[in-house]
Amino acid sequence: MQLLHFAILSPFLFAFIIPFLAKYAKRVHTGWFVLVLPVLLFIYFLPMIRMTQSGETLRSVFEWIPSLGINFTVYIDGLGLLFALLITGIGSLVTLYSIYYLSKEKEQLGPFYVYLLMFMGAMLGVVLVDNVMVLYMFWELTSLSSFLLIGYWYKREKSRYGAAKSLLITVSGGLCMLGGFILLYLITDSFSIREMIHQVQLIAGHDLFIPAMILILLGAFTKSAQFPFYIWLPDAMEAPTPVSAYLHSATMVKAGIYVIARFSPIFAFSAQWFWIVSLVGLFTMVWGSFHAVKQTDLKSILAFSTVSQLGMIISMLGVSAAALHYGHTEYYTVAAMAAIFHLINHATFKGSLFMAVGIIDHETGTRDVRKLGGLMAIMPITFTISLIGTFSMAGLPPFNGFLSKEMFFTSMLRITHFDLFNVQTWGMLFPVFAWIGSVFTFIYSMKLLFKTFRGSYQPEQLEKQAHEAPIGMLVSPVILVALAVSLFFFPNILSYSLIEPAMNSIYPTLLDSHEKFHVHISQWHGPTTELKMTAGIVVLGTLGYMAMNKWKGIYKLFPSKLTLNRLYDKLVTLMEKGSYRVTKQYMTGFLRDYLLYIFAGFIILMGGAFVIKGGFSFTTEGMAKIGVYEIILTVVMISATAATVFARSRLTAIISLGVVGYTLALFFVIFRAPDLALTQLVIETISVALFLLCFYHLPKLRLKKKTRTFRLTNFIIALGVGIIVTLLGIASSSQRTKDSISSFFLKHSHDLGGGDNVVNVILVDFRGFDTMFEITVLTIAALGIYSMIKTKVKEEGKSGE
Amino acid sequence: MNEQKTNDLILQTVTKLVSFIILLFSFYLFLSGHNAPGGGFVGGLITSSSIVLLLLAYDLKTVRSILPVNFIYIAGAGLLLAVLTGVGSFVFGAPFLTHTFGYFQLPIFGKTELATATIFDLGVYLVVVGITMTIIQTIGEEE
Repeated sequence: MQLLHFAILSPFLFAFIIPFLAKYAKRVHTGWFVLVLPVLLFIYFLPMIRMTQSGETLRSVFEWIPSLGINFTVYIDGLGLLFALLITGIGSLVTLYSIYYLSKEKEQLGPFYVYLLMFMGAMLGVVLVDNVMVLYMFWELTSLSSFLLIGYWYKREKSRYGAAKSLLITVSGGLCMLGGFILLYLITDSFSIREMIHQVQLIAGHDLFIPAMILILLGAFTKSAQFPFYIWLPDAMEAPTPVSAYLHSATMVKAGIYVIARFSPIFAFSAQWFWIVSLVGLFTMVWGSFHAVKQTDLKSILAFSTVSQLGMIISMLGVSAAALHYGHTEYYTVAAMAAIFHLINHATFKGSLFMAVGIIDHETGTRDVRKLGGLMAIMPITFTISLIGTFSMAGLPPFNGFLSKEMFFTSMLRITHFDLFNVQTWGMLFPVFAWIGSVFTFIYSMKLLFKTFRGSYQPEQLEKQAHEAPIGMLVSPVILVALAVSLFFFPNILSYSLIEPAMNSIYPTLLDSHEKFHVHISQWHGPTTELKMTAGIVVLGTLGYMAMNKWKGIYKLFPSKLTLNRLYDKLVTLMEKGSYRVTKQYMTGFLRDYLLYIFAGFIILMGGAFVIKGGFSFTTEGMAKIGVYEIILTVVMISATAATVFARSRLTAIISLGVVGYTLALFFVIFRAPDLALTQLVIETISVALFLLCFYHLPKLRLKKKTRTFRLTNFIIALGVGIIVTLLGIASSSQRTKDSISSFFLKHSHDLGGGDNVVNVILVDFRGFDTMFEITVLTIAALGIYSMIKTKVKEEGKSGE
Repeated sequence: MNEQKTNDLILQTVTKLVSFIILLFSFYLFLSGHNAPGGGFVGGLITSSSIVLLLLAYDLKTVRSILPVNFIYIAGAGLLLAVLTGVGSFVFGAPFLTHTFGYFQLPIFGKTELATATIFDLGVYLVVVGITMTIIQTIGEEE
C-alpha cells in the first residue's frame, strides 16, 4: 500500500468520518470538511503532470488476490491523470457549490456527502487502476453511489424512478462489460490492461475478439448515455443539482469515454470498432441535440445536451482509430486530440451551466423555461455565466467550445479521405451529420439562454422573488467559465501538459519513444471549410431559433407511443407481469400438478437417456424358471392392484392394498426371505390398521363416496412411469457386469459376524450404520406424530391443550 | 371409551394367556435373530403387538397401570443404546460400530455365543417397541 493507493481509497475512508461530523459538528456545514479532501487530492495529482509530460508513467502494485491475478494496481499515465484531475478539480468546485446549495437545516447532509465521497473514490478508482477486475469493482461502485445520489430525495416518486432506471441500465451495461473483461482474460490470461495492450496481436486474431469488444462497448455506451441507452440520463435529473453537475455532466458519464479511450489500443485496429463507435457517437449527437430543443425543463435540456456532447466525443474517439492505419499520423490523430480537448471543455462549460441552472432553480423556484424570462437584469452574474457556458457549448468564439468544435469538424472532414473500411461510400455523412447536430446544438443553447434571461419577467409565475445568488454559490461556476474563456485564449497550456500525454495513452504504439504528437492548438486557421461550417451554423441556427414556433410541429411527427422511454417502461412492466404470469401458470398451488411435473420430468429424463444412450437391452440368460406359485401370486397381486385403482369406495381400496401387501409377504416367502416376510406381514397389518383409522376420521362433509375421475394426462403419465421403471428393471438386470457382493457376506457371515442369519448380520454388523439411522428415522417419525397430535396450534397461534 | 360396559370375559381371559405366549415368541425371535430368522425389528414389532392385544382387551388406563412407562423414553433409550454400542468400539481403538463376538461357557446355558451385535439389536428392539407404542397410544388417546 503506497500513498497512491491511499489517495484512491481516501474518499472511502473519509466517508466513515462524515456521519460523525454531520451529527456532532452541526454548527458548521458538513461540506466544509468534505471540501478539504478533493482539494488536497487535486494538489496531490497536479505535480504528476510533469511526470506524464515527459512520457513517464507511474505503476504501483498492491497485491489483493494474487492467486487469481487480481491486484490493486495503480497505473498513472496521461489519460488517467487527466481524468483524475477532472474528478478532483470539479469535485472540489461541486462540493463548494453544494455547501451553498444544500441547506444545513433542511437536508440530511451526512448521507449526501457520504455518497458523494463514495462516488469520488469509485471514480478515481475507475480511471487510475490497471486491473480490469478492480476497474469493474469501482465501476459498479460508481453506479451504486450514483443510484444513491439520484434517489437522494427519496420521498419523491420521480427520484426513485430515475434512480432505479439508471441503476438498471448502467448495471446491466456493467455486467456486459464484466463479461467482456472475462473474455479478454480468457484470451490473454491476464487482468492487466498493460498486459493486454502488449498482447494486442493475439487478441486481434482471436475468435472472442468481437464478443469481447461488443460487451465492453455495451458497458461504455450505457454508462456514457449513448443511443439507445441514454434514457436514464434525463430521468437522473431528479438528483440535487450539484450531483447532476458532477456526475451527469463532468465525471460519471465520462467513465464510458474513459473506457473507450483506454481500450482503443486493444480494439481500434478493427473495422467494427471504427464503425460502431463513430456511428453510435454521431447518431447520439444528432439525436440528443435534436431532442434537447423541444425540452422545456432547463435540466432536461442540459441532460439531452450532455447526451449529445458525449456522442460527439465518442464519435471523435471512433474516428481517431483511422490514425492507426497510416504511417503519417498527424492527419488523423487530430480526432483523438479534439476528443480529449472537448472532454475538458465540456466539463468546464457543462459544469458551469448546471450550476447556473441550479442557481436559477434555487432563486426562483422553477426550472421551467415557459415560466422564466427577463432574469438578465435581476441575476446579472448568473446571466454572464450562462452566456459564456451556452456560447461555448454552441461553439462560438471567443470560448473554448469554438476551438474544440472546429477541431471536431476538422476530424470529421479528414475522415472522408480515409480509404479503408469502405469509408469512401458513406464518408460524406460524417461531416454532414456533425454539422446538423451542431446546428441543433446552437438552437438549444440559444433557447436555454434567451428563454431564461430575455423576454418579460413574470413574477406571478415564480414561487420566489427572484434575486441574485449568494456569492458562495457563484464562486464555482465563475471559476469554470473563467477557465472556459482562458482556454480559448491560451489553449496551449493544455496541449503539452494534458492532451499530449493522454494521446500517448490512446496511441501507445504509434510513436517512437522520442517523438511527440504535434498538438498545437491555434485560434485562427485561415478561411477554412471548418470556419465556413461554423458560420453556416450561426446563420442557420439563428434562423432556426427565431422561427422555432414554425417548425416545432415536426416533434409531433414522432408518435408519443414510440419513444424509448415508453419502450423501457413497457419492457419493465412486461417483464414483471410476464414473469408473474409465467410463475402463476405453473405454480398452481396444487400438489397434483407438481407431482405431474416431477413424474413427467422423470419420464423425459429417463426415457431420453434410454433413447439417446441406447441403454436398453434384454437377455434371458441367467433367468430363473418361472414356477406355478409365482404365476398365481402375480395374478393375485395384479388383480388386487387393479382393484385398488378401480375401487369405488375407500374401504375397498384399503383392503385390496392390504391384499397387495400380504401377497408381497408371500412372494418373500417363496423367494426365501423369511426375515422380510415376517416384517412385511407385521408392518402391513399395522399400516392397514392406520389406514382404517384415517378412513374412520375422514371429515363428514365430504363423505360422498366418489369414484376417481379419469384424467387422460394422469393416465399417460402413470403409464409412462410404469413403462420406464419396467424397462429400467429389465435393462439393469440384463446388464450385470460384475458379480454381486453378496457372496462375500454369505461366506463370511459366520466367521466375521458370528451369526448364521446373513440378513441380520448385515443389518446389525456389516451395515449397522444404516440400521442406526433407520431407527433414528423411526424415532423421529414417532416424535413427529406425538407432537403433531399433542400440540395442536390454534389458528391464533396459541398452543392448545 | 364406551360408557356401556360390555362383558369381554372370553377376550380378556384369552388375552391373559396369549399375550404372554406372544411376548415369549417375540423374545425368542429377538434372541435367535443372529442365527435364525428374526431379530430386533420383528421382535420389537411382535412385542408391541402383544401390548396392543392388551390394549384391545382392556383399555388405555389399565394397560398404563400394568406397564407404567413412557414409551418415548423407551425409544430414546434404544437409540442411545445403539449409539453407545457404536461408541463403545472406540474404547478398543476400533472404528465406529465395530462388533465382536465370542463363545462362553455359561452356568445354565452351556456353551453360548455372545455378540456385541446383540446389544445393538436390543437398541433396535427398544426403539421399535417404543415408537409403535407411542404412535398407537397417541392416536388412541386423541379422541
